[in-house]
Amino acid sequence: MGLVHGEEMVLNIGPQHPATHGVLRLQVRTDGEVVSQITPYMGYLHRCFEKHCENVTYEQVIPYTDRCDYLSSMSMNFGYVVAMERLMDIKVNERVEHIRVVMAELQRIASHLLCTGVFGLDLGAFTPFLWALRDRERILDLFEFTCGARLLYNYMWVGGLSHDIPVGFVESTFEFLDYFEPKIDELENILAHNKILVERSADIGVMPKDIAISYGVTGPNLRASGVKWDLRKNDSYSIYDRFEFDIPIGEGKKGTVGDCWDRFYVRILEMRESVKIIRQALASMPKDGDVHQSLPKKIRPPKGSVYARTETPRGDLGYYIESDGSPIPYRLKMRSPAFTALSVMDEIAAGWLLSDVLAILGSLDIVLGEIDR
Amino acid sequence: MTVDFIFEGLNQLFPSFAGNDIFLILAMLLPFAGLFGFITIYGFGVIYSELKVSSFIQDKIGPMGQGPGLHAGKWGLLQPVADGLKLFFKEDIIPASADKPLFILAPFLIFIGAFISIIAVPFGEKIIVADMNIGIFYVLGIGSLAVIAVILAGWSSNNKWALYGGMRSAAQIISYEIPAGISLVVVIMLTSSLSMQEIISYQAGGLFNWVIFDNPFMPIAFVIYFISALAETNRTPFDLPESESELVAGFVTEYSGARYALFFLSEYANMFVVSAVAATAFLGGWQSPFSDFLNTPIWSMFWMISKTFFLIFVMIWIRWTVPRLRVDQLMHVCWKVFIPIGLFNIFGVAIWTVLRG
Repeated sequence: MGLVHGEEMVLNIGPQHPATHGVLRLQVRTDGEVVSQITPYMGYLHRCFEKHCENVTYEQVIPYTDRCDYLSSMSMNFGYVVAMERLMDIKVNERVEHIRVVMAELQRIASHLLCTGVFGLDLGAFTPFLWALRDRERILDLFEFTCGARLLYNYMWVGGLSHDIPVGFVESTFEFLDYFEPKIDELENILAHNKILVERSADIGVMPKDIAISYGVTGPNLRASGVKWDLRKNDSYSIYDRFEFDIPIGEGKKGTVGDCWDRFYVRILEMRESVKIIRQALASMPKDGDVHQSLPKKIRPPKGSVYARTETPRGDLGYYIESDGSPIPYRLKMRSPAFTALSVMDEIAAGWLLSDVLAILGSLDIVLGEIDR
Repeated sequence: MTVDFIFEGLNQLFPSFAGNDIFLILAMLLPFAGLFGFITIYGFGVIYSELKVSSFIQDKIGPMGQGPGLHAGKWGLLQPVADGLKLFFKEDIIPASADKPLFILAPFLIFIGAFISIIAVPFGEKIIVADMNIGIFYVLGIGSLAVIAVILAGWSSNNKWALYGGMRSAAQIISYEIPAGISLVVVIMLTSSLSMQEIISYQAGGLFNWVIFDNPFMPIAFVIYFISALAETNRTPFDLPESESELVAGFVTEYSGARYALFFLSEYANMFVVSAVAATAFLGGWQSPFSDFLNTPIWSMFWMISKTFFLIFVMIWIRWTVPRLRVDQLMHVCWKVFIPIGLFNIFGVAIWTVLRG
C-alpha cells in the first residue's frame, strides 16, 4: 500500500451518508482507496445547547440534556443532576440513588447495543444490528413503562426523579436480564469471533495509550487502549462504590491493544458488567422511600461554580455550572466524550483504506447530538 | 433444441401446414415467452424469499400486508409486486451532469447480460432453449457482460461514490471469473464436454454419480465456484461495489425508479444463472438423485429448480449472516487462495483421471 501514488481526490463523506451516524461530514483526501487525510466538519446538528441553558431555569435544562446524547439520555440527565446536587448540596435518599443507577446502567446497555450493532452494520453485517435493536427495544419498553418516554426521558430531576418506578418494574427488569444475558453471547458469537469481522477490525485504527490520553479520549475507547479508567470506580459518584463490577480493558486478543476490535469488544464486556450492577442494585433497592423527598421547591443554587463528571456510555461527561444566585444558570459548559473521540479521528484513521475509516468511525461510537450540542 | 422440438411438434400437429414459416417464428417466440414468464415469476419468488428468509434470520416477521386479502394478507405474498410497482411509478431521474446515453444504456446492458445467459440453462432433457455445444463457456462469457454495464453505470453517473463502486466492481468481477472458470475447467476435464446437456448426462444414475462426489477434488472445486459466484453476483460478503455503509449505494447511487429496478432484477437473475450453472456442473442438473426414479420431464424441472433454489437459499443465508470483506482482502482471497488451490485442483483431477483410466 502507498507505493504507487495516483491523483488525489477529495471526497465528502456526509453529511448525508449512511455510515456517519448522523449529520457529520468527513472530508477525506483519497488516493484510490487509501485515505491520506481526514477532516471532520461538524455543526450540522448544532442547537445552541449551552446558550439555551443560559436562558432557561435549572430544571428546564434537563430536557435539553436529553437531546444532547439522544442515545443515552438517562446518563445525560444523571450527569446534570449529580452536578446540580453537588452545587446545591442536596442529598437524595437511597431509593432514588438505586433507581438512578439501574436506569443509567440499562441505558448503558441500550447504548452499547446500538453501538455494537451499528459497528457490525458499518462492516456490512445487517443481522446483528437488528438483533441488537430487538433487545434495545426491550430496554426502551422498560423506560416507557417507567416514565412514558422511549427516547427523551426527562426522568431524573434535581433532588429526585420525575416518577417512582411502576409496580412490577423490578420483576420486568429481572425478566429482561434473564432474557438478555444469553443474547450477549449470541451477539458476541455472531460478531466478535466472526473471521471476517476480525479481519476487518483487528489491527485496524490502533489508538495507543499515549495518543488516547493526550487527545482526552475517555470511556470505552480509552479502556480499549488498555487504560483502566472508569469514573464509576476512579471518581465514584452516586452509589457506584457499593457494587461489585470489573472494568474491562482492551487486551489485544485478536490484534494490537487499542484496535477497532478491542473498542468493539470492550463494549460487549461492559454490557455484562452493567447486567451485574443492575442485578445488585435491584436486589439492594429499598422498598420504600419518596422519590420527591428532597426535591427543592425552587431551584436557586448559591453563588459559585461546580464541575462534576460522570461516566456515560461514551465516556467522561462533565458539566461545569456557574451560578450567580439566580434561578437561571449564568454559564453551563458541557464536556462531551464523543467530541474528543471524534477529534482523534485524523490521528488514528489516516493512512487506512476507505472502508477502514468507516470501521474506525463506527468503533469510536460517536453521537452527533452530543458533539454539536 | 427446443426450437426444433417445437417446430417439429407443430408440424406433426398440423401436417397440412407442415414447414410453414409461421411455425418457425412461433417455435422461436414460444421459448422466449416461456423464459420471460419464468424470469418474472422467479424474480417475484426470489425477492419474496429474500425478504422472508432475511426476516426469519433477523427475528422479525417480514412482509405481512400485501397479498390475498391485501391488508389482511397473512403472508404478504404480493410484497414484491408492490415494490416493483412502486419502483416503476417513480419519477425517472437522470442527473444533469451524467453522461446521458451511457447512463441509460447501463441498466439495459446488465439486464440483457443476465437474461440471455438463461437460455443455456437446461431444465430437462428436452427443456432447454438453446443446447449449445459450448453452453458453459457461453454462460461464463455472457456473465462478463455485467462488468461493462457496472463500469458504465459507475462512470456515467458522474458521482464519486458510483465511480468507486464501478471501479471496485470491475476489479472484483474480472478477478473472480478466473477461479470460477478454473473450477469449471475440472468439470469439463471430467465430462470432456462444454455442453450443458452432456455434462448432465455424465452425471446420470443417482446421487453418487454427481460430479461433486466424483473424486475428492470436486467438493473443493464446488466451494471455490460457489464463493466466486457470490463475488460475481456482488452478494455479501463480496458486495463491495454497492456496499451501502461505505459507498452509499455504489454504482447504483444515482439510479432510481425503473432503472434501479433493472439493476435489482439483474442481480437476482445473475444469482439464478450462477446457481443453475453450479447445479448443472456439480449437482447433477435436472437428474434425479434417485437414479431413474422420479426422472420424468416434469420431475426433471422440479429437480433443477429445487437444486438451484437451494443454492440461492444458501446465498441469501450467507448474505444475512456475515460482514463484508475489505477490497484488499477480497483480492487476497481471490489471487492468493482460490487461484492456487484451483490450479492445484486441475492438476489433481488430471492425475486422478489418468490413474482411474
